[in-house]
Amino acid sequence: MLKPPAHASPLERIWHYAFIAICAGVFLFLIAPLIVIIPLSFNSLPYFTFTEEMLALERDAFSMRWYEDLWSREIWRQSMVNSLFIAVCSTVLATALGTVAALGLSRPHMPFRAFIMGLLISPMIVPLIITAAGIFFFYARIGLTGTYLGIILAHTALGTPFVVITVTATLIGFDHSMTRAAAMCGADPARVFFKIVMPLILPGVIAGALFAFVTSFDEVVVVLFVASVEQQTIPRQMWAGIREEISPTILAVATLLIVFSVAVMTTIEVLRRRSERLRGVTPA
Amino acid sequence: MTDAATTDAAPPANGPLTTADGRPLKSALARAERMRRVKAMLLVLPLLLFIGITFLSPIALMLFRSVDNPIVADNMPRTIAALEAWDDHGELPDEAAFAALTADLAEARRNRTIGRLATRLNYETGGLRSTVTRTGRRAQRLKAPFKEALIGLDGDWANPETWATIKRLGKRITGVNYLAAVDRRYDVDGNVVPQPEVRRIYIGNFIQTLWMSVIVTIACLALGFPVAYLLSILPLRYSNVLMILVLLPFWTSLLVRTTSWIVLLQTEGIINDILVWSGIISDDGRIQLIFNAEGTVIAMTHILLPFMILPLYSVMKTIPPIYMRAAASLGASRHYAFRRVYLPNTLPGIGAGCLLVFILAIGYYITPALVGGQDGMMISNFIAYHMQRSLNWGLAAALGAILLFGVLILYWVYSKLVGIERLKLG
Repeated sequence: MLKPPAHASPLERIWHYAFIAICAGVFLFLIAPLIVIIPLSFNSLPYFTFTEEMLALERDAFSMRWYEDLWSREIWRQSMVNSLFIAVCSTVLATALGTVAALGLSRPHMPFRAFIMGLLISPMIVPLIITAAGIFFFYARIGLTGTYLGIILAHTALGTPFVVITVTATLIGFDHSMTRAAAMCGADPARVFFKIVMPLILPGVIAGALFAFVTSFDEVVVVLFVASVEQQTIPRQMWAGIREEISPTILAVATLLIVFSVAVMTTIEVLRRRSERLRGVTPA
Repeated sequence: MTDAATTDAAPPANGPLTTADGRPLKSALARAERMRRVKAMLLVLPLLLFIGITFLSPIALMLFRSVDNPIVADNMPRTIAALEAWDDHGELPDEAAFAALTADLAEARRNRTIGRLATRLNYETGGLRSTVTRTGRRAQRLKAPFKEALIGLDGDWANPETWATIKRLGKRITGVNYLAAVDRRYDVDGNVVPQPEVRRIYIGNFIQTLWMSVIVTIACLALGFPVAYLLSILPLRYSNVLMILVLLPFWTSLLVRTTSWIVLLQTEGIINDILVWSGIISDDGRIQLIFNAEGTVIAMTHILLPFMILPLYSVMKTIPPIYMRAAASLGASRHYAFRRVYLPNTLPGIGAGCLLVFILAIGYYITPALVGGQDGMMISNFIAYHMQRSLNWGLAAALGAILLFGVLILYWVYSKLVGIERLKLG
């Protein structure tokens, strides 16, 4: 694919190589900003740029000091714990609510499907700043500002659309005669769900749960509006770090988060293939 | 189902069909259908209620806040009542209104609500904050006739416009926030007029927000189209590897990506370093790439690019390569075949990608706030500013409502053109 076809005219050849070059440039644009951060986080000096010593690959130019700094600071540890706690709670809630709703939405008898789907997806579409402002007014009225519960509920609402979408996608082409067959064989609805439906939609459920987790883990606008200092999360701490005292510690956090996103991406990809295999959809 | 049962339920020769238990088949079927519908609804109901309470009701509350105006009506009930009959034609209201105002301000000061009242009036007419707080401090000791006393205290009370402002803000439901959001205000006679030149910021910012979103969308399309095309024609084992380069940024935290653009773009940053090192610019001539609109557009293009590539790719993947070959065998040049055969087939993907990127771009907050500086402000930044700094929540809600309205229209277009069900992730 990298070579132009043998019969190509010179102009087509030039065009072909230009196309390859453009694509390479775009890939570089996509990935370079993430790659650049990683070596910089090992900088032994508090700079955000490569020092000459670093370019010469001298040993002293690199250090773990920003990671040590990260580890030694109470606020970052607390943010980590908060982020995980909030993300896990809202993921569990969002996955349960979203999966059940997706099962209902995928039934052939569902009335007003498009309209209800539109409502359920809306937290993903409405700009976060508007959601945050609305939730702030709402929580101020019912006294949920500055509470873990408030943030968990808000993040759950933001995460459910992803679960609904991914689970609905795995249910496309779902053969309903299988559940009927199981019921005829005497399985009660709970057994049908756990033995027949669940294994088939599991990849979608896990993918949705991961989306919900990442949404909550990465969310900062709602947290900025309704959280107090007690509920400091990693993104909010990064936000504060970038705005106030930008130090390479941020780069160390960023590197760890990139490693985390590689893990998430790999999981999703493995799940997608497994789902396709299970449902008998051959990859295109 | 015994014989007896079937004979019992057997229909009269010309009657409607019935089920085993003797009910007409039609109604029994309708009932079964209804039961299934109810069951499906019951599954969806918990989430629907949850979203209704934790998401839709806050949005409704915000929309209500944009027209709700309780502060003046609550704190100046006597004044509002006294001003009922007064219609302002360049004249001051009578002594009763002045007396009512004195009583209201004295009470507001006792209740410690005068600060909010003063701030609310100040949004409308600059300078009223100090007038109100100063008058409030002395109101207790003022003696009749209040007209002279108040005017002696502060010249603003001799201005009919001040009174017109109070009367206008005394209405509980008001459109002033929306007027302010489109750079308009009421003048003394209650007509809608443009804000003075220096205070006109929002229309300009709406235009800037739209403009930046359009540029980001076009940039994403220009960069995303070739890449999506390459991914769709490569054999799966290569395209899967290259897909990682698209998916990794997609999965990486927004703040990480924004941080890396700050690192790259700053004046002492890597891009400037490379330019200096390669001799394109001198060390003194480093380019300002950050804290302006350009930096915001670059960072936002990077962040939203995967949202363009993924829908484009999924559409391009379904276009059979045989179409292009057919066009070529009919004598079309590659260029012509691309323009007349391939491009029209990708339109659903282009539409989906552009709408998605535009919808996301128009409401962006984090990146413009961190990279944008003064020039790169978008409407979200003003909403956040009024929510957190100036505390003019009514105006923030009105700006939010206008933005929401725009996004919902785009969402509706998206659902008509693409279909919400086709919204795919990853």
